[in-house]
Parts: sequence; structure tokens; C-alpha cells
Amino acid sequence: MNEEVIVSGRMNQMVDPHLHIWHWQISLYLFLGGMAAGILAIAAVYYIRGRENDYKTAVRLTPFLTPFLLVIGLLALFIDLRHKLFFWQLYTNIKLQSPMSWGAWTLMVITPISFIWCALHIRDIFPAWDWKFKWLWALDGFFNKYKKALAWVMLIYAIILGIYTGILLSAFNARPLWNTSILGPLFLASGLSAGAAATLLLSKNEAERKQFARIDLVMIGIELFLIIHMFMGFLASTQVQIEAANLFLGGQYTMSFWIFVVALGLVIPAILEIMELGRYHIPVLVPAVLVLFGSLMLRFIIVYAGQVSRWLY
Amino acid sequence: MRYAMAVDTRKCVGCSDCVVACQTENNVPIGYCRDWIVEVTDGTYPQLEMEIRSERCNQCVNAPCVRCCPTGASHFADGGIVLVTQTECIGCGACIASCPYDARYPHPDGYVDKCTFCIHRIKNGMKPACVDVCPTKCLYFGDLDDPNSDVSAVLRKRKYKTLIPEAGTKPQLYFLI
Repeated sequence: MNEEVIVSGRMNQMVDPHLHIWHWQISLYLFLGGMAAGILAIAAVYYIRGRENDYKTAVRLTPFLTPFLLVIGLLALFIDLRHKLFFWQLYTNIKLQSPMSWGAWTLMVITPISFIWCALHIRDIFPAWDWKFKWLWALDGFFNKYKKALAWVMLIYAIILGIYTGILLSAFNARPLWNTSILGPLFLASGLSAGAAATLLLSKNEAERKQFARIDLVMIGIELFLIIHMFMGFLASTQVQIEAANLFLGGQYTMSFWIFVVALGLVIPAILEIMELGRYHIPVLVPAVLVLFGSLMLRFIIVYAGQVSRWLY
Repeated sequence: MRYAMAVDTRKCVGCSDCVVACQTENNVPIGYCRDWIVEVTDGTYPQLEMEIRSERCNQCVNAPCVRCCPTGASHFADGGIVLVTQTECIGCGACIASCPYDARYPHPDGYVDKCTFCIHRIKNGMKPACVDVCPTKCLYFGDLDDPNSDVSAVLRKRKYKTLIPEAGTKPQLYFLI
């Protein structure tokens, strides 16, 4: 038997919750950032491949969500800061070893790009749109001319954004649950899945919906594969990571993870999408909303459970 | 120069004088602390063994908190002491999440705070407040590069351990066992 008693007024998670440092703001941001990354990456890929007329919603309409997603996400990050007025120092430093520095600079690039991408397509939605000023028209012309280059930059930064949301957590060896490089690809796949679900929700075109149900299905498959690998890795690792995995295998996050993330967020929408691709007609709202919900819950559960997992000493 | 501290777990009685001395010296807000006492009891009654440790920031050589800081507020000062520049800290909490020893806390004023080895005292030739005040003299402080320092001398004589060396942080808080 080993009994550990801590005496003193220290801030310790065993004594008080102050060391639970990241709350809903981070989870929400990781979801919104991941979803925006997914939407923009898909739009960029289809534009680069010259398929924008086949997948009009994905290339032209769904990206209109991303400025909102990114701005709300940035606002959540800002709320999370405790020394808010000093936030600008993120942009007077480049720290290559700090994932958060990478994230800050990535957002600095991808947020304006999301606005530009929307501006380039605003006349698809409001045909009578007029930029009013000559210089705005000139800018419009400039970006239209180099749209393919813009799409490439957008694709690269969207992928960095999608992966970084996972790396942000996996860079911390102090929290064994986060300390797995699987989180980067897992969050990227989850973001792409959420992005596909957004187009699934907005698209009125049957062929496009079928295509995005297929994309979503592939992403769900990849996510399930990565989740299984994550647990295999944990269980074959050291005691601290075995205990981290046990948070989901009998521990306090078991029910929420397997029900909300795996069952409701992955397996059920996958079944519904397979039925949709077959003969059955499924209201598209159901799988799409479930995928978004599962993606959000994945961020919440990983962020919260990670802060419970710790080294043993 | 490499500042380090040794804690004699066989002499420490867990009186928390070091905790109070630190809170007073560094004006630590009420309810928070930069150092703390851990008591670990092992065994089954009546065969019990107790270890008492006065813990604080391990001033790691490979400090994850310095690595993950997005603004450079967390940095190494002279002698390897890990410090936070208050006016550069944005309070994002990454360093708090990155510390396997949970040695940092968010100060109510917004920045992140931690043990400084009382760098303001060391510069004036004094020892950290916790070391000076310890009634059992179980804390040893000094420069590991100086063979005559208190900490070098005691580490030559005694067996010691560090906390979770497997975390790869190269901690500089030594526990004499």
C-alpha cells in the first residue's frame, strides 16, 4: 500500500482545481479551429483540382463559415488568457519549440486568407455585390489572378492548423494522455470530418452530398483506426500511459468517451451515411450534426481528461 | 554556474516553515505557494515508512515550461534558474500544463508565478529564504560547479534521488535519502 499525503496550502490538483488550467475555451477553440481547417483544406483541394463547379457548396459557400469559426475561436483563446492586455507579445516573438507560437502565427495567416477566400466568392452569393472602392476592386482582381497560389497557401496552412490543434496538446510530456503523436493526425482527421459535415449540411446538390458523405465516411474510418492505435500505444507503454488510457477504459471518462465520441460521433453517423449511400433516404441533418457534436466532444474530453492524467511519484 | 538545492528527507520534519518563509519573502498571495511539503507513507501498519519532502520548482535543465512558452517570458536566468518575466507573460497556461511537478500557478494578477530560488537574495550573497529559515537545516543550496558549495559537498557524501527523472527534465532539486 502506498499512501501519499500532501500537507501545506499549495495549489495542487489533489487539493484544489487550480492546476486544471485549460477549460472550455481551449476545447471550443480546438473544435472551431479544426473545423475551419477542414473546410478550408477541402475547398482548396477541390479548387486546385479544378472541381469547383462539381462541388460548388464546398468551394464557394461552406468557407463562409470559416471567418466566423476562426474569430469566435480566437475570442475564446483571448478569454482564456489571464494576462489579456499582453496578448500582442505572441506576435513579437517566434518560438519554434512552442506549439502555441506556431498556432498564433498560423492563425495570423489563415484568418486573413479565410476572409479573402470569402471575399472572392461573395458575388456568387450576392450577384449585385459592389466593392464600392477602386482599390478594393483592384485587390479583388489581384487575388483572382493568383487564386491558385492562394489556394495552395490556404491548403498548407489549413493542414498545419488542423495538425497543430493536436500538437498543442501532444507536446506536453507532463500530461501522459496528451503525450502521443497520434493526437495531431487524429485532430486533423476529426477537423476534416467536421468540415465535410458542414458541407453535407449546406449542400443542396445530391451528387455533392453523396461525395461528402463518402469523404466523411473515410475520415471516420481513419479516426477509428487512429483511436484504436492510440489505445494500443498507451497500453504497450509505461505505467503512466497505461493509467492515462484507463481513464477511458473503466475510468471516469469511459462513458462520455465511448458514448459521445465513439458511438454518437463516429459509429452511428458512419452507419447512417452508409445507409444514405445505399438505397435508404436519411435526413442529412442527423449524421452531420452527430459528426459535429462528436468532434466537439472529442476536444472537450481530451482536454479535460488530459489534465487528470499525471506522472506518478 | 549551476544553482541546485538538496533536501534532506531524513532531517525534514515537515514543519512548513519553508512554505511560510517563501510566502512572506516573495509576497505570495494568500492561498497560493511556491513551495510545499509532501508526506509519503509507505507500507502497512505497523511496518510504515514515511518520507517527507520539501518540494518546489526543480529548475530543470531541460525545462518543458521554457520550451513551450510562446512569448519567451519563461526563460533561463544565470545559473540555470527558470524565471518568468511578468510583463512578457500572457497567462496562456501552457507552462502550467507542461510541468510534470505542477510547480507553477496562475498569479491572481494574471501572470504565471513560480519559485525563483530567491534570485534577488542570491544576487546579494544570501541564501534562498526557505534555506535560511529551515529549523532542522535540511535544505542545502549552492552552485554545483563549485566543489566547495554546500550542495556539492552534501551530494558527494550522501545518496540522493531526483523526482521523475524519466520525464527527461533533468531536475536540479536533489532529495537525500
